Amino acid sequence: MSPGLNVLAPGFHTTVQDLGRIGYQDMGVPVSGALDGVSLRVANALVGNPPAMPGLEILLSGPTLEVAADSARVALVGAGASLRIGREDPLVIPAGQSVILPGSEVFEVAASRHSACCYLAVEGGIAVPLVLGSASTYARAAIGGLEGRALRREDVVPLAVARASQGPELWAPTLPSAAGEQSIRVILGPQQECFTAEAVTVLLNGKFRVSKDADRMGMRLEGPLLQHRAGWDIVSDAIATGSIQVPGSGQPILLMADHQTTGGYPKIATVISADLAVVGRRRTGDPIRFLAVSVETAEGLYREQERWLAELIAGLEPLPRNRLDLTSLYGNNLISGVTTGIE
Amino acid sequence: MGNSVAGKITKVRFLSAGDRALVVEFGDRVDRKLSEDVLRLNATVRSRALEGVIETVPTFRSLMIHFDPLVITRGRLELSIEGLLGDDSGSQIDTRFWHIPVCYEGELAPDLVEVAQLTGLTPSDVVAMHSGTIYHVYMLGFLPGFPYLGDLPAELSLPRRADPRVRVPPGSIAIATSLSAIYPYESPGGWHLIGTTPLRLFDLDQPKPALLAPGDAVLFQAVDRTHYDRIRHAVENSYEVESEPIPG
Repeated sequence: MSPGLNVLAPGFHTTVQDLGRIGYQDMGVPVSGALDGVSLRVANALVGNPPAMPGLEILLSGPTLEVAADSARVALVGAGASLRIGREDPLVIPAGQSVILPGSEVFEVAASRHSACCYLAVEGGIAVPLVLGSASTYARAAIGGLEGRALRREDVVPLAVARASQGPELWAPTLPSAAGEQSIRVILGPQQECFTAEAVTVLLNGKFRVSKDADRMGMRLEGPLLQHRAGWDIVSDAIATGSIQVPGSGQPILLMADHQTTGGYPKIATVISADLAVVGRRRTGDPIRFLAVSVETAEGLYREQERWLAELIAGLEPLPRNRLDLTSLYGNNLISGVTTGIE
Repeated sequence: MGNSVAGKITKVRFLSAGDRALVVEFGDRVDRKLSEDVLRLNATVRSRALEGVIETVPTFRSLMIHFDPLVITRGRLELSIEGLLGDDSGSQIDTRFWHIPVCYEGELAPDLVEVAQLTGLTPSDVVAMHSGTIYHVYMLGFLPGFPYLGDLPAELSLPRRADPRVRVPPGSIAIATSLSAIYPYESPGGWHLIGTTPLRLFDLDQPKPALLAPGDAVLFQAVDRTHYDRIRHAVENSYEVESEPIPG
């Protein structure tokens, strides 16, 4: 039997995502990929995977999974999230470290209020076929992932390896931040000239909130309305991830990973690369404030973020014995299904 | 900004869509000349394989260039593109002329009668005009493989429907404003549906999943329901869509 994770409960919206489907936007295929690529890369590093490997993106509430393999090393990354291992009196493993789960073990991903998304990486990766070069799920056109859709009960998430390697567990002394309330930095445009001067002022000084209307395509923002100068439809052009488009209602929509490749509403500003993951973590009801920066500032902030992330990944440490002594835990039978896969 | 090419002036604007996408805008209209400028620059940029350029997306009136700001800054990319604007070498565009069968009958053409009423034409006039026009593929967008085709005969130009449909069936041939389109997938949609093609517009089993590409030409061929069903059946197995290269 090929190794996998049995889906006992799927969670709110759990999909296979990697860092996106590159090179097909001219055919109308969105990039997709992790809303928070930073956390996915850290999760992959914790289990020894290359950064772009596919993992599970977990939105709002997590799945319950059963290890259908000899063993599986997993790591969860997402502010405040945790793994709850075992059916009764579960052992709680916080996000930010790897752990080996024996065959037949059942675990739940407990998402948190601190982030809209968290990422589960499995050593060796998730073995779904690449579609147009990516494992990312684009559910609207049933492309990628597991049959092009979110997980359902009784699915089996295929794994690439049947048994965890023997290396030490890793943990991250620092982790990507929670959704937080820090300002989201934007570059104005490409169509800020379609808006009144007041609209730009309102965008940068107004208090917005993520509305209930938020998914992988985009989040509609509640708050002051943004007035167009003359009309709200433009001749369709291409859309970049993070662009804030404003339809006739004046209510802005921040476009996320699954956004359409082209559209006919003017875009007043675009979130900078360094803040895309931060936006991805915001949940319905979370505050959003915008701060305009120059292209050069954005480029510097992105380099800084990538340096920080490279250092974080290089600085992953073997898990101290006192942090979690798995041997003694298993020895004390705190986890069910003990014997297989633990050498 | 501008380049003098054999007496022509190509004026463009460079716009930032964040720090990882540069828009090269040629104008703000749906216009064949603008489209040709966009597609020529697209071909040139692709043929140069500029370091740091990830992918390009041509649209009606602009080219979006996605790039990795760790490899090339926006400033340097803009300079490179400016240098390419007057340079046509190596920008040969391979385009095809497609014959797309369409059934303009009954349930496969739910808005045909209404379109005829709104335009003051007979349904058969609408079909004759729609299928008697050679369309230019301006761009793909909205959904994988969704082509924006133009230009529609002026007599058929209508605003979008006041009440968008929740479900437009796949294969639907639609018109609105100066354009026609084909829905590759079931989706919501606000255009007028005047026919259905049995072809697949986006097929992951094909080496090039999108049937059409920007710059291609399309001629719709009216087929009856029997013929439609026969092609649809053939498409399930193996079907070669009729097309020929457009001489450059």
